[in-house]
Amino acid sequence: MEYLNAFITGGIICALSQILIDKTKLTPARILVSYVVLGVILQGFGLYQNIVDFGGAGATVPLLGFGYSLAKGAAAGVAEKGLLGAFTGGVSGAAGGIAAAIVFGCLFALLSRPADKSGN
Amino acid sequence: MNLTKSEYERLYQKKSPDSPLWKDMLWAGLIGGAICTVGQLVSNFYKGRGLDTDGAAAATAITMVFLGALLTGLHLYDKLAKHAGAGTIVPITGFANAIVSPAMEFKSEGLVLGMAAKLFVIAGPVLVYGISASVIYGLLLFWMGG
Repeated sequence: MEYLNAFITGGIICALSQILIDKTKLTPARILVSYVVLGVILQGFGLYQNIVDFGGAGATVPLLGFGYSLAKGAAAGVAEKGLLGAFTGGVSGAAGGIAAAIVFGCLFALLSRPADKSGN
Repeated sequence: MNLTKSEYERLYQKKSPDSPLWKDMLWAGLIGGAICTVGQLVSNFYKGRGLDTDGAAAATAITMVFLGALLTGLHLYDKLAKHAGAGTIVPITGFANAIVSPAMEFKSEGLVLGMAAKLFVIAGPVLVYGISASVIYGLLLFWMGG
């Protein structure tokens, strides 16, 4: 059931995003930026937690989930350390993903060859 | 050839193959859903190893970024993306793809201003707006006595 919920939640988020791509010509970069900020806002109003409780990875794996962990971290930081936590909380909440993106990004960019443009 | 923007758009639309919205949405939903299901599998694996909810979520994000970067390096992710559209862009694996692709492409321009700088072409804006939003949210919480 957990897996079905993840599939449905993630599938709906991606299918709705496809409307944005087809109908608005938003670039992928703008969509990714909008989703992270939207995730922060939705969690700021306490809404995204409900989607995560239902959909599990279906809600945390899309980039909205990255915004969700930033916001969740910021809230935890403020509760724990006050003003300082407002600055440290968000990044520490998403630190794993950020560090992984940089390190693995670097690693695989170094290891692999650029795509052969003429072949495509 | 000098074309105005509207002329170009008309030409562009004529040349683009007809792909109905519902078909794109179906593909995006199926592939995006499948990627999230893999995420759930990974998350359950970490929970089974004794990680709490937050720990498992972080470990899952790290693993999914690894997989996205690996598949991009092997040139498999872009093949998947041809059909899946948003299904491969919106998951965190798409974020990894957006980091590795330009870094790989610009490696020949040097390891500092080529690869390392281009790593952030898309990740940079995502982090700028994402982190800024989280700090603003934290400040609001603090001032409202949260």
